[in-house]
Amino acid sequence: MSHDETRLIDHLRARGVSRRGFLKFCAALTSAMALPPSMVTVVAAALEKARRPSVIWLPFQECTGCTESITRAHGATIEQLIFEAISLDYQHTLQAAAGDAAELARHEAMQANWGKYLLVVDGSVPLGNPGFSTIAGQANADMLTEAAKGAVAIIAVGSCASFGGIPMANPNPTGAVPISQIVRDKPIVNVSGCPPIPIVITSVLTHFLTFGKLPELDHLGRPKVFYGESIHDRCYRRPFYERGQFAESFDDEGARKGWCLYKLGCKGPVTYNACATVKWNNGTSFPIEAGHGCIGCAEPNFWDRGGFYDALSVTHWGTPKDVAIAAAAGIAIGATAAVLARRKQAAASKEIKP
Amino acid sequence: MTLLDFVRGPGFFWAFTILIAGIVLRIAGLLLFRRRRDLSTPRDTSRVLGGLRTVAMRSVPPHELEKNIKFQHFTGYAWHLGWFVTFLFLGAHLPLIRSVLGFAWPNLPNSVILVITAVTLGTLVTLYVRRLFHPVLRVITDVDDHISVLLVILPLITGVAAFAHVAPFGVRYETMLGIHLLSIEALMVWLPFSKIFHVVTALMTRFRIGAAFIRRGVRA
Repeated sequence: MSHDETRLIDHLRARGVSRRGFLKFCAALTSAMALPPSMVTVVAAALEKARRPSVIWLPFQECTGCTESITRAHGATIEQLIFEAISLDYQHTLQAAAGDAAELARHEAMQANWGKYLLVVDGSVPLGNPGFSTIAGQANADMLTEAAKGAVAIIAVGSCASFGGIPMANPNPTGAVPISQIVRDKPIVNVSGCPPIPIVITSVLTHFLTFGKLPELDHLGRPKVFYGESIHDRCYRRPFYERGQFAESFDDEGARKGWCLYKLGCKGPVTYNACATVKWNNGTSFPIEAGHGCIGCAEPNFWDRGGFYDALSVTHWGTPKDVAIAAAAGIAIGATAAVLARRKQAAASKEIKP
Repeated sequence: MTLLDFVRGPGFFWAFTILIAGIVLRIAGLLLFRRRRDLSTPRDTSRVLGGLRTVAMRSVPPHELEKNIKFQHFTGYAWHLGWFVTFLFLGAHLPLIRSVLGFAWPNLPNSVILVITAVTLGTLVTLYVRRLFHPVLRVITDVDDHISVLLVILPLITGVAAFAHVAPFGVRYETMLGIHLLSIEALMVWLPFSKIFHVVTALMTRFRIGAAFIRRGVRA
């Protein structure tokens, strides 16, 4: 596949996007990235000049949920606009080609855009055995290393690529690792979530096209603009938390009144993502709005951090059997100490007697 | 493993195990203590009544000393009550109680708990400062007292910070919650081996003393 020299604006125009539509798109993205309104013109000017970026998308140990997320947005969304505007040169699920033809397309795209293409990865990489997950006979780790060499940056889409996700959950049978444990010499953006919010992926691409660099990241390598605040901080149920009004079950009066889901295991207070503001399905709602607590899917090891329905304050105190063992140990030590003390007392009494 | 994962997992498990083992150990030690046989004739045989009377009498300031110890006595009640109300009736605590006991009860509104916590915290700090500067209390205060008071105050401070999402020095909520749970776990480990063990022994020792006194005809 040859390098696409089409300008982004030309491509959008060819697809019937008006000037007004393009500027609305730029304004929406500028707003989503929390940039000041004055940056709309900068974003528009940069995108007008931008070439369609070549994107190679490698799916490894994943469930295709991340791809579903970005492609199943309803209506003519900005996510679709940018998704159609990039030159997606390789993506298993979406491309028509298969087998050798698909691999040939990947190699041609890599050669034509060496050092300039963006590498998008979803899914974790198994290191337990190269044969656990292969594409065209090539182990995931080898394919990632090869593709990463010519990439300008890597976007790890989803919690599996970002942090290992479900494949890495205890006992991690495949030895799954996140992308950042294999590629260490390229800039990596973690767009975590199971799946991630489509506009986050779009915004990272736009930021790269506009400013020629990746957005500011948090300590887990995620764009701060989307992962800077917790779900809890922006949750519309927060006032109920402040007042101590909690749903005790999913069908009680509190649940019907929309009270806080903390006691039902909501992980919103320790989960950093934009679900509560950007929302899902064209801004329709997000899990908490649908009546279910946040499961913390954008955080590392979310699968192994206790039950989804256990409140954050619930801890592992053991079982009644553990308590019985602890009590038995206490009795044994206490009795031993008492016996030793008695012997000492008896010995002392003998010494005192004439 | 993050701090929160540790304190919600192995940290709490071991703290709870040490708490249970420690309490049983101390009680076993007390029960097996070597005692001399009392060969005297009892002046009064109503030991249960005598024990209960002493428990009741020592729960209020003795008349002779009332003027001098009233402040300490009732502020002591105030913070003990506040501490336990906060622990037992804050909404976020009840899922933990339910997970241990298998049942729980309705929580109090947070606005009520916050006021109680503020009063409790203020009382505790006031009493501790008084202890540091009072000529008599200062002399009889040892390391155990300092650590015990600190470990009772810390869960309140860290709990309020976690609840109110206060982020001192940029500390995130999950870290603050982790520190709060850690402070509770430190208290659980310290409890059986310190003066805080009185939460287990206070009533039973008063009863024991009362029962022994009544045998000798003492009413105190």
